[in-house]
Amino acid sequence: MAETIAVEVARYSPERGSEPIYQRYEVPLRKDWVVLDALNYIKDRVDGSLSFRWSCRMGICGSCGMTVNGVEKLTCETFLWEYAPGPVRVAPLRNFPVLRDLVIDMTDFMDKLAKVRPWIIRQDEKALSEGEYLQTPDQLETYKQFSMCINCMLCYAACPVYGLDPTFMGPAAIALAQRYNMDSRDQGASQRTDILSQHDGIWDCTFVEECSRACPKGVDPAAAIQQYKLTATTEWFKSLLMPWRGR
Amino acid sequence: MSAGSGRLPRPYLRRPSAWWWLGRWTYLTFMLRDFSCVFMAYFVVVTLLQIRALGNGPEAYAAFEAHLRNPLLIVLNAISLLFVVYHAVTFFNAASTATVVRVGGKRVPDFYITLPNYIAWAAASVVVAWLVLRA
Amino acid sequence: MEKRSNEPLSWALFGAGGIVAALLLPIHILLFGLAFPLGLLGSPSYQELLALVRHPLTRIYLFILCSLPLFHWAHRFRYTISDGLQVKHLSGPIVVIFYGAAIYGTVLAAYLLWHIP
Repeated sequence: MAETIAVEVARYSPERGSEPIYQRYEVPLRKDWVVLDALNYIKDRVDGSLSFRWSCRMGICGSCGMTVNGVEKLTCETFLWEYAPGPVRVAPLRNFPVLRDLVIDMTDFMDKLAKVRPWIIRQDEKALSEGEYLQTPDQLETYKQFSMCINCMLCYAACPVYGLDPTFMGPAAIALAQRYNMDSRDQGASQRTDILSQHDGIWDCTFVEECSRACPKGVDPAAAIQQYKLTATTEWFKSLLMPWRGR
Repeated sequence: MSAGSGRLPRPYLRRPSAWWWLGRWTYLTFMLRDFSCVFMAYFVVVTLLQIRALGNGPEAYAAFEAHLRNPLLIVLNAISLLFVVYHAVTFFNAASTATVVRVGGKRVPDFYITLPNYIAWAAASVVVAWLVLRA
Repeated sequence: MEKRSNEPLSWALFGAGGIVAALLLPIHILLFGLAFPLGLLGSPSYQELLALVRHPLTRIYLFILCSLPLFHWAHRFRYTISDGLQVKHLSGPIVVIFYGAAIYGTVLAAYLLWHIP
């Protein structure tokens, strides 16, 4: 293995320029180093002005999502040697405004997340004295896959529809809505339907499936969206054919 | 923290180009898959013309059949067949992600959703072919 | 609270059209578009085909075959155009033209099948 590898990092600073530029650094090529290690090496030893988000460095916090050689990745899970002899191009996640260098503005995602009410909604709360809400392993299985989301936003970066139209609710938000809709303890499905059934809720999705390919946790948001389309459609026909039903 | 003027920083956002779908193999296959609907509509038009010719008598139908022998149309029909088959395969896959069937508390694997679709496809094709050819 | 979208109707038609197109169009293209014109299989005579099409069940079958895939095309192609060509702002006229074409095709199919002698 070579001693070093070239890493080209996108630099953007609103004070200095209107476009990002790529800056090239030589970084040690160690067998156990991931792209995040390279970025930390650059920041610690070469160029302290480099800005990027990271935290757990083990693929659970969802902070370090970036575009590596054109593909959205968690940089803590992406090994440098896979790109040897290099260079490795590191850019911020696509489809989000770039605040600085590799740091993106995630406000839109946070807003959308809140909109789908990703928590247990009850019509009737049990009194504490009545004990816990019980759930069988099979009931857990129905939504478990969608609960694995770490909010890393790789799916939003991968989704061409979100890139073309940022009003689209997006894969992670819809998958998380579905996670709660399918939870046997939840009674809030109809509230979420009102949000998701808007035209730019789920209906912009054309099943490209790139979100599921990008997801590092195997959530399969594309499946969640298609399942939700089916649910929303049956609800629509039911309310058309049986308007007397309460929502 | 930015000091001084209190102006918000100006973020940079690059909008996708009109050729975004050429940027990735999976984007391209997606576009091709969706474009298959054009070939479906084309052959529906051919079928409508066929029905019209049938209604207009044997000479009209013979003329219709003669048009279909045009090599350009043969090529177009062959391409249409490829695209429509591509649609069928991807559609059956999509159907298995959208439908969640639970038996005894466990989710039925995708294979058992996709398989009946393929069986129905084969059966429908055989029935149609038989009805058309047995004459 | 905004009204819920009526997209489910067009999605349902899209789904139904997709199933019809997937199951039935391939054999139709194979027989009438390739095998018969190329002489790979003996094509039925005019009289035989007419007798087959005259049957009410065949007319209903052909009506479904000619109508639903057009709605599938309308829904899908509308998104292809608005995403691929990025003309989302034109979606109003596109919807009218595409679904209008599908409705026209449906009406035409009904008319032609009704008037088979």
